[in-house]
Amino acid sequence: MKIATGNDLATGDVVWWDGEGWSRHVEEAVDVGDHGAALIAREDAARRVNAAYVIDAEATPQGPRPAHIKDRIRARGPTVRADLNIAPADTAAGSWVI
Amino acid sequence: MYKYDTYDQSIVDARVEEFRDQVARRMAGELTEDQFKPLRLMNGLYLQLHAYMLRVAVPYGTLDSRQMHMLAHIARKYDKGYGHFTTRQNIQYNWIELKDAGDILADLATVEMHAIQTSGNCIRNTTSDQYAGAAADEVADPRPWAELLRQWSTFHPEFTYLPRKFKVAIIASDEDRAAMRLHDIGLQLTQNEAGETGFKVYVGGGMGRTPMVAPLIRDFLPAADYLSYLEACLRVYNRYGRRDNIYKARIKILVHEIGADEYRRQVEEEFLHVKTLGIDPPAEEFERINAFFAQPAWEQGLSDELDLSDPDFKLWVDQNVFAHKAPGYAIATISLKPIGGIPGDASADQIDLMADLAETYSFDELRVTHSQNIVLPHVRKADLYTLWQKLDAAGLATANLDLISDMIACPGLDYCSLANARSIPVAQKISQRFADREADLGELKLKISGCINACGHHHAGHIGILGVDRKGTENYQLLLGGSGAEDASLGRITGPGFDEDGIVDAIERTLDRYVATREPGERFLDTYRRVGFETFKEAIYG
Repeated sequence: MKIATGNDLATGDVVWWDGEGWSRHVEEAVDVGDHGAALIAREDAARRVNAAYVIDAEATPQGPRPAHIKDRIRARGPTVRADLNIAPADTAAGSWVI
Repeated sequence: MYKYDTYDQSIVDARVEEFRDQVARRMAGELTEDQFKPLRLMNGLYLQLHAYMLRVAVPYGTLDSRQMHMLAHIARKYDKGYGHFTTRQNIQYNWIELKDAGDILADLATVEMHAIQTSGNCIRNTTSDQYAGAAADEVADPRPWAELLRQWSTFHPEFTYLPRKFKVAIIASDEDRAAMRLHDIGLQLTQNEAGETGFKVYVGGGMGRTPMVAPLIRDFLPAADYLSYLEACLRVYNRYGRRDNIYKARIKILVHEIGADEYRRQVEEEFLHVKTLGIDPPAEEFERINAFFAQPAWEQGLSDELDLSDPDFKLWVDQNVFAHKAPGYAIATISLKPIGGIPGDASADQIDLMADLAETYSFDELRVTHSQNIVLPHVRKADLYTLWQKLDAAGLATANLDLISDMIACPGLDYCSLANARSIPVAQKISQRFADREADLGELKLKISGCINACGHHHAGHIGILGVDRKGTENYQLLLGGSGAEDASLGRITGPGFDEDGIVDAIERTLDRYVATREPGERFLDTYRRVGFETFKEAIYG
């Protein structure tokens, strides 16, 4: 699957396209298929996201798992500061590991 | 310490307001990211993996307690309660919000600090010896020259858009504690046989994907020609540096391609012209700057006696305390490398404490080191035990200066958008694996970079580690034999890389071979140079 990610313009937070807007939680990301470039152009123009791009991800029971470790770290936070990691929106759902 | 005059302050204040306006225009959509990016980078604001990152300049690594408290304030108010001290003697904050950037710069300006020229293809923050002004082995304090260079290079209209970034280091001792010859320009303050002050000038060093040790370009540059000669060095680079290829754009490539002799010839020719322009300040202007770096009012007649009956204190003194030029005083290094910790990170509370300790015990002075530690440069020996106790209570008394756990590590893939592999977890594992052996292993400078850009100085490590991306998986190459000191050399890659645990095992095999082959008094680097690369390669790969 393809998912779109970027950073919030004002805060710099990592965000993921959830079909209606930008979520902080990667597990809420949706498959953007072939529409990623158009989506990013539209959202960038509307100043709702900064430096957005489309990545490959694997669909898992815990939600999309980015294919590359860099994006998995972006999704969760620094691996060396668990206290700063982003908890899943549904904490009961579990999550994949880096 | 240097204090801003009205010109300095007005320049910095104006820059704050200019950037505040640029941020507002970006947030309002009047500037695109492509338009805004070069503007924010000129003010030290990057977009990294998780958020914006702000790099704050600490000129030649020197701070007072008021400035250090401000760094803690910014960590606490605008970030997540900590900062990361860097190999450029600066500090970085990893979780900055764009909307706060103007306020942060305004807060910094109140204590004569800024983030100008901490990014971009300009002359960056000049680095220096962290023991400057205190070391017994220095010719003179190099910081007045670093400050003169700061004033000359700040907003220098000709050098704002160089082919690539440009880094200068200044030292004043034969012992190089600033990796001077691994800079675009390295300067060593010296005296000639007539007792005149001048500089040895090295040009064309650097790390990155094409590491080079800078060749000597001028054996003795009279101090009176300091800025004119630097201007000439930069002009030749600005004219002929490779703007067509980012990977060949640093001055080291130019000097290497045309040769040191030809580069020197062109600089000398340019210098004859530049010297006529009157760039070098009159002696009284240098003396005005120099006066800011006058020696503190050290007490006279102090004893050098030290009660070392507490074994843990003795360990810290033996490892982290360096000889001071004044009787009864010492230079104390605060390690930011607790065993298993994150190299260079300090919490806001720790930053505040170090500021308080500097105010009480070190004539209000602190230094950031290129090895990502903090120095209190002027501590009475009589105060060392109390100082150590207070540091120990805050987790800041790790006695490991220049030992294997005192490693340089870049933020790596945990924070950096350029990185290919994580550096910090590897640093933590090495620190934990060898903590019990490190006193026996002795001086061992280990440096880790998470990508070829070499922010973690891996080329200059006695043992270096380079993280690479191997088909989407982190992989770590091992290098041996580098040095950033006065015996500067570049490490050599041993062979195929390892995974995260494998690289720690490979280092253990390396160190076991060192212990088995060393002669009395030999550091790891000495043994490596004596017995050679192949001996260690055989130990690593069998």
